[in-house]
Amino acid sequence: MTNNRSWIPYLLILPSVAFLALLFLVPLLQTMWLAFSDNGLPSPANAQRMMADINFSRSIRNTFLLTLAVVPVQLAIALVMGTMVAKVGRGRETILWVWTIPLGISDLAAGLVWLSILQNSGYFNSLLLGLGILERQASWLSYQTPVALFFAIAVAEIWRGTAIVMVIIVAGLNQVPREFKEAAEIFGAGPWTRFWRITLPLIRPALQSALILRTVLAFEVFAVVYALGGRNFPVLVGEAYNWQNQNQNYGVAAAYAVLIMIISLAATLIYLKVIKVDPERLP
Amino acid sequence: MSAQTTSKASPASFVSSSRWLLWSGIAALCAWVLVPIYLVALGALGGRQGVYQWPKTGLPTGISLDPFILFLKTEGVLQSFLNSLGAAGITVALSILLGAPAGYALARYNFHGKDSYRLLVLLTRAFPLAILALPLTVSFIRLGLYDTIIGVGLIHTVLALPFAALVTQGIFMGVPRELEEAAWVFGCTRVQAFFKIVAPLALPGIVATAVFAFVISWNEVFAASVLTVRNRTLTAYLLTVLSESPMHYRFAGGLMLILPSVIFIFAVRRYLFAIWGISSK
Repeated sequence: MTNNRSWIPYLLILPSVAFLALLFLVPLLQTMWLAFSDNGLPSPANAQRMMADINFSRSIRNTFLLTLAVVPVQLAIALVMGTMVAKVGRGRETILWVWTIPLGISDLAAGLVWLSILQNSGYFNSLLLGLGILERQASWLSYQTPVALFFAIAVAEIWRGTAIVMVIIVAGLNQVPREFKEAAEIFGAGPWTRFWRITLPLIRPALQSALILRTVLAFEVFAVVYALGGRNFPVLVGEAYNWQNQNQNYGVAAAYAVLIMIISLAATLIYLKVIKVDPERLP
Repeated sequence: MSAQTTSKASPASFVSSSRWLLWSGIAALCAWVLVPIYLVALGALGGRQGVYQWPKTGLPTGISLDPFILFLKTEGVLQSFLNSLGAAGITVALSILLGAPAGYALARYNFHGKDSYRLLVLLTRAFPLAILALPLTVSFIRLGLYDTIIGVGLIHTVLALPFAALVTQGIFMGVPRELEEAAWVFGCTRVQAFFKIVAPLALPGIVATAVFAFVISWNEVFAASVLTVRNRTLTAYLLTVLSESPMHYRFAGGLMLILPSVIFIFAVRRYLFAIWGISSK
């Protein structure tokens, strides 16, 4: 706008810049310093101690497996939801509302919800008994059943975290012009071809941000694991929490935090690289 | 592909069967979302007997509000509920007060550093922000903010502020610039024009942003648990007492966490997609 008022935008963004500098950038640097220092001197001791811990490799493996299992399923369900709801006229609002309910549910609450289903005398075992598959209560959430526990956590995460992916995908689908689809139909493209060749490339920006957001959140998984399996299933953030709270060792906790940040950042960069968004080709 | 050949053979039956398939898929996915919430509500209202009833029918038998009220009367529950409300209130106030002006600047002005600012905001998304609570314990202890609602509200604002700035940018872009300029012509100052013309038009969107900030804070577990000891928020309280509380208390806690946010999501359902369409750009 006018040049003589060029200070106005700076005045407007200044409070938020100051806030983010103080409570985002400074803690970020502090975390790194905490992780790579010992008694005020640079040292790899915390990182070494983290890597020597028995739960270290287990928590890395668990977190990655969970992310790999959960994120693609969430994306697939979200795409199915988006495609389905696009064909609905009346009732669309209500359906979308129901599907977005988990957006307001915390991972702790999601863990507790699935605990009520999967505990020993819960609904899942009752159902299996009713179907004649089980004869007595089976436990799914103990350390003796790591595979079942893994699936339980994955299901709870898929149940809760799909909503955010769906919302971003549907918002992206809403922006795809109808003409593209109609043109493809006229040229004889079937539903599958249309989906793969027209819709998916056009919603790339939505796919990209949904995947980045969801993957970063998946590496942060913690409370749902804690609610379902206690400490039977170590994950990265859970370890950071334990080192800070139980062991009062801020250095090792910070080392975990730095590791989680590096993984999240790497995942973000990979998505930015792999799913290229070409501004020229957007509708 | 096979669907296409059938459609050529008998179009009418294909249409109705694909309609049927569509609606059963939708119904299944709705049930997938709703049934677990119904079941945890049964668990919360069924009390101790409900937990050990075996096998369960899934029907609402033997439920009453008493177990839930008993849970509310447990020491610490009500206080942590109020603490959660307080922290969420601070988060809402701060993220709108700091985020909306930034959103307005991004929507209306071209200035040096605009791209760097957007980069800073987007950068926060690549980081697991709650983790930053770890080093903050030390500085918060020094500042007297450790174990206070204000401290929790501050770190939750870090989570909500980038979102608020991006979303309000979109909302202000939706308010026609001409209206504002007309107000200037008629003698309003910029501040007057903003509060008389822009703010009323942007208000519903800003309220929706506020609700999201509330939900972000209400649901956050990690930072709240790390930064509090006595003044726990509801999530932090539930996390710490989890291992020693009986099952029906855990379900009651889960239900208590779910209810407010479900109501809030219902309140802003019209804005959900517009907001996420904007913030994911």
